Amino acid sequence: MTEAATTAVNTLLAQTDSDIASYLEACVHCGECAEACHFYQATKDPKHTPTYKLQPLVKAYKRHKAPLRGVLSILGLTPPEVTEDELREWEPLVYDSCTMCGRCTLVCPMGIDIAGTIRKMREGYAAAGIVPEGLTRARENVERTSSPMGVTAKALLAQVKRQKAETGLEIPVDQDGVDYLAIFSSHEIMASPEIIGGYAKIFKKAGVTWTLSTAAYEATNVGVQIGFGPLARDLVKRIVDEAERLGVKYVIAPECGHAYGAIRWAGPNLIGRPFKFEVIHIVELLDKLRREGKIPPGKKDSRKMTLHDPCQLIRRGGVLKEPRRLLSDSASNFVEMKGAGIANLCCGGGGGVSANERAEELRLKAFEQKLKQIDDIGDIETIVIPCANCRGVFEDGLDEYESDYEVIGLGELVAETLRED
Amino acid sequence: MTLLEFVEGPFFYFSAAVFIVAALWRLVGIIRIGRKKDIAPARGSAVTGFFKGNLRHFFPRGLFAQRTWMHLLGGYGFHLGLFALLLFAAPHIAFAERLFGIELWPAMPRWAFIIAAEISFAGLIVLWVRRFSDPVMRLISDWDDHVGSWLTFLVMLSGCLALQEAHDSLRILHMGLVNIWLIYFPFSRLMHSFTFFLSRGATGAVYGRKGMNP
Repeated sequence: MTEAATTAVNTLLAQTDSDIASYLEACVHCGECAEACHFYQATKDPKHTPTYKLQPLVKAYKRHKAPLRGVLSILGLTPPEVTEDELREWEPLVYDSCTMCGRCTLVCPMGIDIAGTIRKMREGYAAAGIVPEGLTRARENVERTSSPMGVTAKALLAQVKRQKAETGLEIPVDQDGVDYLAIFSSHEIMASPEIIGGYAKIFKKAGVTWTLSTAAYEATNVGVQIGFGPLARDLVKRIVDEAERLGVKYVIAPECGHAYGAIRWAGPNLIGRPFKFEVIHIVELLDKLRREGKIPPGKKDSRKMTLHDPCQLIRRGGVLKEPRRLLSDSASNFVEMKGAGIANLCCGGGGGVSANERAEELRLKAFEQKLKQIDDIGDIETIVIPCANCRGVFEDGLDEYESDYEVIGLGELVAETLRED
Repeated sequence: MTLLEFVEGPFFYFSAAVFIVAALWRLVGIIRIGRKKDIAPARGSAVTGFFKGNLRHFFPRGLFAQRTWMHLLGGYGFHLGLFALLLFAAPHIAFAERLFGIELWPAMPRWAFIIAAEISFAGLIVLWVRRFSDPVMRLISDWDDHVGSWLTFLVMLSGCLALQEAHDSLRILHMGLVNIWLIYFPFSRLMHSFTFFLSRGATGAVYGRKGMNP
């Protein structure tokens, strides 16, 4: 075994807890998961079958960790050692053709969480340095600036200045003694900074005290996407340290599905202790403020709209009803697409796939499925997408397929449709 | 000791012991690997999620059922038929009553046995044919899938042949195959009969903590 293979296998085995073991033991090779995977549906290539993507882990587990392996080994029935060549052969399946969207779990008769298992597999790959170039570059950017797109605090402050000028509202930065710390994804800061002004408008209306921080402004967690635990922990810790230094009661996770999962569900486990504050998703917060009557809706937007369900927020995050309640309050012509909600199709670019140039062709094929889902509704003008990464993937895909749907964030829509004083 | 007495006696006891000990070993082994405690604040109950997850995955999701109907029919048909045969076939009940010395439930009539066997055979054949006719299934299937299918098929076939209990040779064949099947079971993918509870439960518990259950 090469050093890389040994490192990968050892890490894979260390990541295999009883949950993962039960998944690997229960799979009956029924192939149902292929029917739920947008990459298989887009290509009809059997290698994109979700359970097939787990093969190196399955082999390592059966050889080194599975109960009764001793008896099977005597009979020569354990699989051979996983090789570096094999790991490299599987690498595109682990990184390019899985967005960790979790749709396969819905159809699996055994309830196997393949997305979560791929996440663990990526730990083995990252430890061995077998990672796509695009994600390696994102990691280097993060280590340099904390942002995968290289967004610096200076760039954030420039955007804040513009938003202050546009809205005429105060946008607090590095202010302690407030209730909320807002963090954003790089994509939001650079491509749709109006959301910063949107927050200012909404929070002023609600009477909420909040701040941005120049020490912790980036929510994207490349460590989680690549599967590199130490980096994932450092990125979470940066936010936690700053939030606790400022003494805020809440950290607001932005409209970015995986960033929410990284800080809300994985975060405390990554740093090994509970936070001294609560994590709330911006959609949850907006819904809460609306139910409390603090941000009453005004005139509804009359464009024909649909909602894209970001996988990590809806299917894997549990924030299902909130975006729909907010949309119903804000849009007079909101229509659901077929399969909306828990089973909705992924955009094709989650889980780091959008940062991985090698996966572009496959991602666009997968996006075509999503586009068809929207085309099938008919006459849609605007797609509301409460995830900055999905929004970027949509913008690329709509451009590629020459489609002219408008995409907007949910926070942006709520800010635009607030009741005027 | 006749050969029939041997396969229904010592050989069966040995096979049953291997089955019970190895299956328990495997299940306990999986659980003993352990998992770290999840310290993210829960939005719902993991315990409730564990059981909900188990129930939820018994039923197909409508959106996907349109695509996977053949597999669903095969899967449900085979498993339901098999359980009916295993638990309600007259010779099985008689065997179990002799083994445990207690009176069990009434057997199903012969016509019901025939229907259950036909449904079960049809389901098993559909599932097995798909293993080599469907490109996805062909890629992901291994020798264990085929051995498990064939052993189960032969156990069922020999059971039907021995239904009348008219020929000792057929009963010997059936019990011999049952014994081999029992020994093979805990070392193979047939263990999904038990491990499904753990995998569905694990996912259900994670989602249960998040206050949802997809």
